[in-house]
Amino acid sequence: MILHLFSYGAFFTTVALTYAIICLGLNVQWGQTGLFNVGVAGFVGLGAYVSALLTTPHSAEHIGGFGLPILAGWLGAALAAGLATLCVGWLTLRLRADYLAIATFGFAVVVQLCLLNLQPITGGALGIAFIPRPFAASAHDPARFGALNLAVMAAVVLALYLALERLGRSPWGRVLRAIREDETAALALGKNATRFRLQAFAIGGAIMGLGGAAQGHFIGFIAPDNYLPMLTFQVWVMLIVGGSGNNRGAILGAIVVWGIWALSASAIAAVVPADQQARTASLQIVLIGVALCAILLLRPRGILGEVRIVSRHLLPGSRLRQRLPHADRR
Amino acid sequence: MSPQILVDGLISGAMIGLGAIGVTLTYSILRFANFAHGEFISWGAYFAFAVSGLLGYLSGGLAAPIGPFSFGWSLPIAAVASVALTAGLALLVDAVLFRPLRSRRGAVIILVMASFGAALALRNLLEFIFTSRPDYYTTNLQIAMRLGGGMRATPDQLLCLGVAAVLALAVHLLLTRTAIGRSMRAVSENPQLSGIVGIDIRSVVRMVWILGAGLAAVAGIMTGLIVQIRPEMGLDLLLPLFAAAILGGIGSVPGAMIAGLIVGLAEALTVQVFGAEWRAAVAFVILVAILLLRPQGLFGRPE
Repeated sequence: MILHLFSYGAFFTTVALTYAIICLGLNVQWGQTGLFNVGVAGFVGLGAYVSALLTTPHSAEHIGGFGLPILAGWLGAALAAGLATLCVGWLTLRLRADYLAIATFGFAVVVQLCLLNLQPITGGALGIAFIPRPFAASAHDPARFGALNLAVMAAVVLALYLALERLGRSPWGRVLRAIREDETAALALGKNATRFRLQAFAIGGAIMGLGGAAQGHFIGFIAPDNYLPMLTFQVWVMLIVGGSGNNRGAILGAIVVWGIWALSASAIAAVVPADQQARTASLQIVLIGVALCAILLLRPRGILGEVRIVSRHLLPGSRLRQRLPHADRR
Repeated sequence: MSPQILVDGLISGAMIGLGAIGVTLTYSILRFANFAHGEFISWGAYFAFAVSGLLGYLSGGLAAPIGPFSFGWSLPIAAVASVALTAGLALLVDAVLFRPLRSRRGAVIILVMASFGAALALRNLLEFIFTSRPDYYTTNLQIAMRLGGGMRATPDQLLCLGVAAVLALAVHLLLTRTAIGRSMRAVSENPQLSGIVGIDIRSVVRMVWILGAGLAAVAGIMTGLIVQIRPEMGLDLLLPLFAAAILGGIGSVPGAMIAGLIVGLAEALTVQVFGAEWRAAVAFVILVAILLLRPQGLFGRPE
């Protein structure tokens, strides 16, 4: 019983951590740079499919299947998603802010369409199965398998967290925040705003692709239905609840929201009769949608919120630090 | 290639155009891309569905077909009610969500995000109430009439085209010939300055929502009449709406209507050449092309 509980807990946490990766990617784009990406699902899906095509064994049903190691699949996914974000960003970042939102929305629609219709490559609506899972050799021992996967995912999240924290405090990260807060001032200091935005957007997209690949490999099966606008929305709620601009908030939000989501889904499955479950599931989405609007209205900072740091020389608690304005300007 | 794509394209383009007028008005006057606009289309269709169903239930005579059309008097009456109800819904969403966010003077993008959340809530509420099974206003079949040149259209389709043309003209005249239209254009030029010269910004905002949601409701009813009523119908139209609004030039009502027709024709052509499954990609291709070649749109001014 305890073993069963442990392997369920490990499975749950591992899935939550894959969401945390995607959420960290979104945080680079939105939290640190203020770029609104409505096509998260498209970039995640692209990463998952690229990695699956690179790593699955050769198959008669679809093109691809290069049988490469999983790590190569992850790298390929990050690269492909990063390139796609670069293209979408290059197209729209020099224009109005919400053109980016519209273009990313369109990108997600087109990715969904390609996944469904390019049957020879993507397997169509049925998706791709038998994606190699990490540590598949120990799959006969669920506890060991769960623990190993959890450890790898936790290591990936930790590595990303440390890298992003370092990046955020670097001169590069400070320029990003400067552009977000006051573009005119940053331009006056000679910073090329579009270029910095584009870099942040591409890095965020690559991380999302990596998250998609990690998720696909852990579950072992992907289908177009996993990458509907609903996924975009879930990731957004995770970031907003956890606190945008804060990497720890992004991870915390992913775990909390995924927990609420999974618990309420299993509660619905237990309480509501089978024929009404599809209906109640849509009510679940209504409640989450209302929750997002309510957080935007009532507590825009989220649980953790952004820690405002000007420089590492201004440590928390020092006199100068306390004089910084804490009012939330976004 | 058959000339029939001209008819199909114009009819679906007219609905896209009506929706795009609302998008372009919200974008130019309230200054944000409203991702919830598609939901006004779905809600409009379902409001009319509920009201016409009720009317048909109360009096069977109202459901009997009028002349060559497939629907009875219950649908036009329900359409009027639906326009009012959808406008009310838009005003309600504005009052509880967008107005408080506007008054906080935060970044525009927060409004876009809020509209995204509102869209999901509104769409799934419809799915909860009506389920995702498609509904129809009428089950009567219609024989398409020959229009000459190998083109055919049902009386319903021709009526929809006519109504769309009249409505687009009416909105254009409202914006160019009336006092409230002049105020709306002034606010879209410069909100601060128009506030100073005594234009009532709140009534302008109200007008934008009423016009946008009303036209969206009409577009939804037409789509429901010609195709079918589904909770996702608005979501499917959202990308074509944005493509049309940007192609026509943000703020231009004739531009939105003409661009809507262009998007509709391009979709019909794609269905003919590549197959129906690629229809949804057309709007994205048009969007990418216009952002690359002429970001201000056909009738817009460069910033």
